Amino acid sequence: MTDTETTPPLLEVEDLTRLYGSRVGCQNVRFSLWPGEIVGIVGESGSGKTTLLNCLSASLEPTSGSVYYRDRLDRRLDLWRLSESERRMLMRTDWGIVHQNPRDGLRMDVSAGANIGERLMAVGARHYGDIRAEAGTWMRRVEIELDRIDDRPTSFSGGMQQRLQIARNLVSKPRLIFMDEPTGGLDVSVQARLLDLLRGLVTDLGLSAVVVTHDLAVTRLLAHRLMVMRRGEVVEHGLTDQVLDDPQHPYTQLLVSSILQT
Amino acid sequence: MTAAASPLAGYNFAYLDEQTKRMIRRAILKAVAVPGYQVPFGSREMPLPYGWGTGGIQVTASIIGRDDVLKVIDQGADDTTNAVSIRQFFARTAGVATTEHTPDASIIQTRHRIPETPLSDDQILVYQVPIPEPLRWIEPRETETRKMHALAEYGVMHVKLYEDIARFGQINTSYNYPVLVNHRYLMAPSPIPKFDNPKMNRMRALQLFGAGREKRIYAVPPFTRVESLDFEDYPFEVQHWDHVCALCGAADSYLDEVITDDHGGRMFICSDSDYCAGRRERGHVGPQETVRFGSDAAE
Amino acid sequence: MYVAVKGGERAIRNAHALLDAERRGDPSTPALSLEQISEQFALAVDRVMTEGSIYDRELAALALKQARGDQVEAIFLLRAYRTTLPRLAVSEPIDTGSMRIQRRVSATYKDLPGGQVLGPTFDYTHRLLDFDLADPEAAPAPVESAENHADSLDGNVPRVIDILNHEGLIEEEEPDDPDRPVGDLTRQPLDFPAERDVRLQNLARGDEGFLLALGYSTQRGFGSTHPFAGEIRVGEVAVEIVPEELGFAIDIGDIQVTECQMINQFKGSATEAPKFTRGYGLTFGHCERKAMAMSLVDRALRAREFDEPVQAPARDEEFVLYHTDNVEASGFVQHLKLPHYVDFQGELGTVRHLRAEARRRKTEENES
Repeated sequence: MTDTETTPPLLEVEDLTRLYGSRVGCQNVRFSLWPGEIVGIVGESGSGKTTLLNCLSASLEPTSGSVYYRDRLDRRLDLWRLSESERRMLMRTDWGIVHQNPRDGLRMDVSAGANIGERLMAVGARHYGDIRAEAGTWMRRVEIELDRIDDRPTSFSGGMQQRLQIARNLVSKPRLIFMDEPTGGLDVSVQARLLDLLRGLVTDLGLSAVVVTHDLAVTRLLAHRLMVMRRGEVVEHGLTDQVLDDPQHPYTQLLVSSILQT
Repeated sequence: MTAAASPLAGYNFAYLDEQTKRMIRRAILKAVAVPGYQVPFGSREMPLPYGWGTGGIQVTASIIGRDDVLKVIDQGADDTTNAVSIRQFFARTAGVATTEHTPDASIIQTRHRIPETPLSDDQILVYQVPIPEPLRWIEPRETETRKMHALAEYGVMHVKLYEDIARFGQINTSYNYPVLVNHRYLMAPSPIPKFDNPKMNRMRALQLFGAGREKRIYAVPPFTRVESLDFEDYPFEVQHWDHVCALCGAADSYLDEVITDDHGGRMFICSDSDYCAGRRERGHVGPQETVRFGSDAAE
Repeated sequence: MYVAVKGGERAIRNAHALLDAERRGDPSTPALSLEQISEQFALAVDRVMTEGSIYDRELAALALKQARGDQVEAIFLLRAYRTTLPRLAVSEPIDTGSMRIQRRVSATYKDLPGGQVLGPTFDYTHRLLDFDLADPEAAPAPVESAENHADSLDGNVPRVIDILNHEGLIEEEEPDDPDRPVGDLTRQPLDFPAERDVRLQNLARGDEGFLLALGYSTQRGFGSTHPFAGEIRVGEVAVEIVPEELGFAIDIGDIQVTECQMINQFKGSATEAPKFTRGYGLTFGHCERKAMAMSLVDRALRAREFDEPVQAPARDEEFVLYHTDNVEASGFVQHLKLPHYVDFQGELGTVRHLRAEARRRKTEENES
């Protein structure tokens, strides 16, 4: 883990608010994320966690507040003051976004190899053999058999599609990954395997991540720190184990206890 | 060559009014200033249907003058019906001289071919374009493709080429093969066969592209770099034939396959009718032979 | 020896002559006059004027005659002609509120000021072929006088929309910026996102069949808008221009139009009480089906304004607006008839090569 006193944060969120008319998506969210850290955002559906993630990952413009990102040149960029092209560039080179539904993050009509190779080709890779080889390397890393490289994701299981989506994001060596319910829709054994994989990759590659989930078990396994959201507001935050083992806020206590009962 | 005559009474020279021509010329200037970039323009309804060359016709109508000599080809030939129709249109509305002989033309309007004879500094080649957007088959939305061009987000085009190689072992695009112009814009060269792509690179003549229905004009100025997309280990290749032109013997021109009987008999003949006629005038003779294509099992 | 086929020019000339002969048909049959077309095929003329974007019955009749009755071809003729016409002025917006009503119906009120005036309509006819019409001398029955005759209408025929407006029940339609010039697709290419003025122009010029199908799809659940026919009115309106030298409006003539105001699903927000929303359709002449279909599609395309999800085809701006123009569509679809043999030659080469490769691999497999 990085030394938070001398290393500047990778992501800084200040008073982030997003309203839909009079309805609150998220409100007055503030936190920072350091390199190598994983922050989990938990809450039930409607808590505002997905709205927050979308504002952070440049997919949804906030109503007020700011998001600052520190790029590879150590510049502190105000995300929503950048031009759209600068934001899109950031999304392609520095960031990864893993969607809940892998179909949203993959090209379903091209092969697995092409899916992974696309970002390489987007930044100028021009040797078919090399692109294919690197796609193969990533497939192995996410534990997809190499002989599936020319198959389309439509023929993959849900878990495999999700792993392909992860590979597609990681190939560009991003610094920050946003994940929205990465294990949603997968059955329990598949989830466990995926979480193991994610944890290993994040550590090996020194990634930072923001993981949104309703599943406390996912945060326990992945996140260093946790933010609990309810009705658009952050009601509690702290180190994951502390929050889960000793919840202070009544809502957090409710969440934690309901897990224990199931 | 057909001599100039007086244009049709009651219509402005070359049919379009001067305001419209000025609007189109402004679009052309923008296009020349940004090679390969598609400039939107207020395309007018023309007396020929959309899809039949209205973009090319509007470009030609905007640049043609009384002293120009016009050549019009379709599939490389001067006397295909639509080329005849367009040539007649300009003969009537502009009264300009027309020709079939490539070196004599100052403006050449073409559909689906570049002439075999290399063009010179004072010629303009006007291409008829059906779909100006090279990314259209991958991304149907105009709003999205415009962003992709603005940000040079062309990775997805290479994805398509990658897929071809993964599935077929080769890049399968044989016409309208995408090119990168001046190291910046991805461009659709119009449905010319890939055989013609190398001619575009550093061509001495000005190349103008008109898409009437889609309302876009783009351009490649003289001596501009035009590269066909490929991979280092799967480089761009043009088509070749095992035959020469049956009439003139040319081994370096694009050949049309003409069916001569219903037993699989075929002849291969230069697509560029003027090029072929010129060679024959100079005494070249081809093998004049019919070849047979049997059923697949026999090959 | 093979000789390349020449003679394209002569073939074209002969084709034109043949076309002229076919157009005339059997010479012993009387030739059509433009008056006959304009009077007795009035609805065909109306459609051609609307989609051809020129209000001139005689020109439209001529186009139909030249096109041998093919409406899309006639529309093309008018559009091409329109390109050559100089633009002398831009008129004031027509005031359909002061229309000289020939027909006016509303599905939202049983009765209303001005009354329900059926006018000349197919609506309540029984679709039984009337063989009396086969007799060229047959005369129609006289029209009953009194109540349903449009002349008996007093001048007061307020628009249903205005009635709803009094109570504030329906959204107002005022332009955001009254000084912004109105877009014109005949002068600039379509750009996205398209504003309402350009969308309406596109739809007004758009193919009736395409709009009919899209409007129908919204009624069947593909992006429903819960429409009620607030008002359909057909009649004559004055066209006015304000010449610079005069500084006031002068009436340069009357045109017949059909207007349809659809009243749609109400919308509100946290800050605004709910109001009905609108769809609008306008055509030259009497083109009711088109005006109604247009109003359904207009409302569907406003999905963006009302935060409605854009999934159904009728709500997809690019899909709809790019494909309404039948002159463009007809041209491109039919251009497939043009020679494509050079490109086909390329495809032949590719396929032959791939097949040869496949055979070679198979042979190798068999040998090993």
